[in-house]
Amino acid sequence: MSNQTPVIELRNVDKSFGPIDVLHEISLKVNAGEVLCLLGDNGAGKSTLIKTLAGVHSPTRGQILLDGKPMRFSRPKDAQEKGIATVHQFGGTFPLMTIGRSFFAGVEPTKGIWPFKVFDRSKANQIAVKAVQDFGITRIDDGDRLVGGLSGGERQSLAIARAVHFGARVLILDEPTAALGVKQAAHVLRIVNEAKRRGLAVIFITHQVMHAMAVGDHFAVLIRGAIAADFRKGEKSREEITDLMAGGETMSDLEAQIEGYMETHDGHPPQVASQSDA
Amino acid sequence: MITSIFRRPATASIVSLAMIVAFYVFFGGVDLGRMAGAASWLNFAANLGIVAVPVGFLMIAGEIDISFGAMIPAGSMATAIISGHYGLPIGYAMIAVLAMGLLMGLINGILTIRTTVPSLIVSLGTLVAMQGVILASSKVLTGKASVALTAPDWAKFAFGQLIGNGHQVIIIWWLVATFVFWFVLHMSPWGNWIFAMGGDKQSARNAGIPVNRLTIILFMLSATSAAFVGMCQAILFNSAQVSGGINIIFNVIVSVAVGGTLLTGGFGSVAGIFFGTITFAIVNQGIYFTQIDRNWSSLIIGIMLLLAVGMNESFRSLAFSAGGRKKKTKPS
Repeated sequence: MSNQTPVIELRNVDKSFGPIDVLHEISLKVNAGEVLCLLGDNGAGKSTLIKTLAGVHSPTRGQILLDGKPMRFSRPKDAQEKGIATVHQFGGTFPLMTIGRSFFAGVEPTKGIWPFKVFDRSKANQIAVKAVQDFGITRIDDGDRLVGGLSGGERQSLAIARAVHFGARVLILDEPTAALGVKQAAHVLRIVNEAKRRGLAVIFITHQVMHAMAVGDHFAVLIRGAIAADFRKGEKSREEITDLMAGGETMSDLEAQIEGYMETHDGHPPQVASQSDA
Repeated sequence: MITSIFRRPATASIVSLAMIVAFYVFFGGVDLGRMAGAASWLNFAANLGIVAVPVGFLMIAGEIDISFGAMIPAGSMATAIISGHYGLPIGYAMIAVLAMGLLMGLINGILTIRTTVPSLIVSLGTLVAMQGVILASSKVLTGKASVALTAPDWAKFAFGQLIGNGHQVIIIWWLVATFVFWFVLHMSPWGNWIFAMGGDKQSARNAGIPVNRLTIILFMLSATSAAFVGMCQAILFNSAQVSGGINIIFNVIVSVAVGGTLLTGGFGSVAGIFFGTITFAIVNQGIYFTQIDRNWSSLIIGIMLLLAVGMNESFRSLAFSAGGRKKKTKPS
């Protein structure tokens, strides 16, 4: 496994905006059929890292390698053309469009001859529904339904299926489960596993350790723009990961601190404001 | 094909139309046959409708244009000044008018995509600026606020003819344009792009849709349609007057909104706007067929607008839960 060329690799990537360094010396690799979970608290630099991978920002220093070849993306479109697809928290779909139309937005199948080329609705619907069902979402069976009528998990699944259908090789999932309930999140995790089974390199961004552990092969914890820990599945326990994400301060310390506070303050928890810069 | 004409966004406007007609028949004593055959509301609807659909396109795409309010008088003044005052062939006037529309749209479009100023404000600015241009140029060039022209027969035939019982030929242009617009929005891939732009501009851009180019084209379409309507009016009436065109702005926006177009973008239909325009025209002009004092018409329009938009909202939430047109079976 280790001598395989990673689909995507970052080597010592730095990103700064003017004098502010956001990412330092990020080195990561993701193989085909592997899920890398990127964990980190808010403000750790996860979004900047995703945007750098997706071609929104270009790295200040360092290299991004695709199949071992250095790449430089100047626009998000460049990254997309190389098969790097980003799916955002709310799916990046169009709630007021039908499933078929939304699936093919920008690449509509047509029939007929110019200038009477018409959008091939039945073909679009059929392909879209099949693509989603192949991912195990059998509840979607009518391409004429509006995307807005789907649940959050189904919308994520639709977006992932869309990315895979259009040839994505690297799938960047930006907190796909953050706004979802337990059942819906399980849905999305199943889809992630399916994408992995199909040999995609998946970068899964989350701050829910449980979700990360359910699908991840490889974990990286980001703290203040640097990789604080990089380990493989089974090397660390859930508590250890949570502690890492909290910035080294262990969760049990934090709990003890709060309990101690409550004892001396008639059972009131500490004020939230004083916690923010801890 | 037929089913996609009557997609959900049109339902509310058809219901509003039926309600208004019923109201006029029961409370205004309207003779339905006489009103249906009358030219007044059809002429009114046609002049409104040619502009309303392109404005609706912009709204579906998440933008708004109100500068058409000045483009209609600008189109008619330009026709009259070039062809009437200077006596140049009317063909020159037509080319100039359409070019003016394209230019106005280009300016609106470029300002909208290059700045972060909302298109409402951009087009408000160009509206007022255009009003100034019309007034000043007609004063400077002709010294008058009203210019006469005599159009040749062919131009009269194509753009300013009265058919039958006082029906303006623009009604035919309206129907043809509506059909073309329907094809573009609902049948061609372009329509999908317009909906996607209004749904989520960033995602549309990520999906490879040329959002900026399309925005400019849509602004050009609405300004040119407005200039075309102005041109037809000048040829029909053999004269053009300087006017503000403020009323038409509200009339068009009411028609588009009654037609089920979502003002924040992403939803709407040509059939909806078509029926919305007819509904508005019947409220506005049909009142003359009733015993109701016509001063009440604005009250009726206001109530109708609120009812129709309210209906649109509830139909849209129904669409979310029920999915397509057909009844869904329970998921197994």
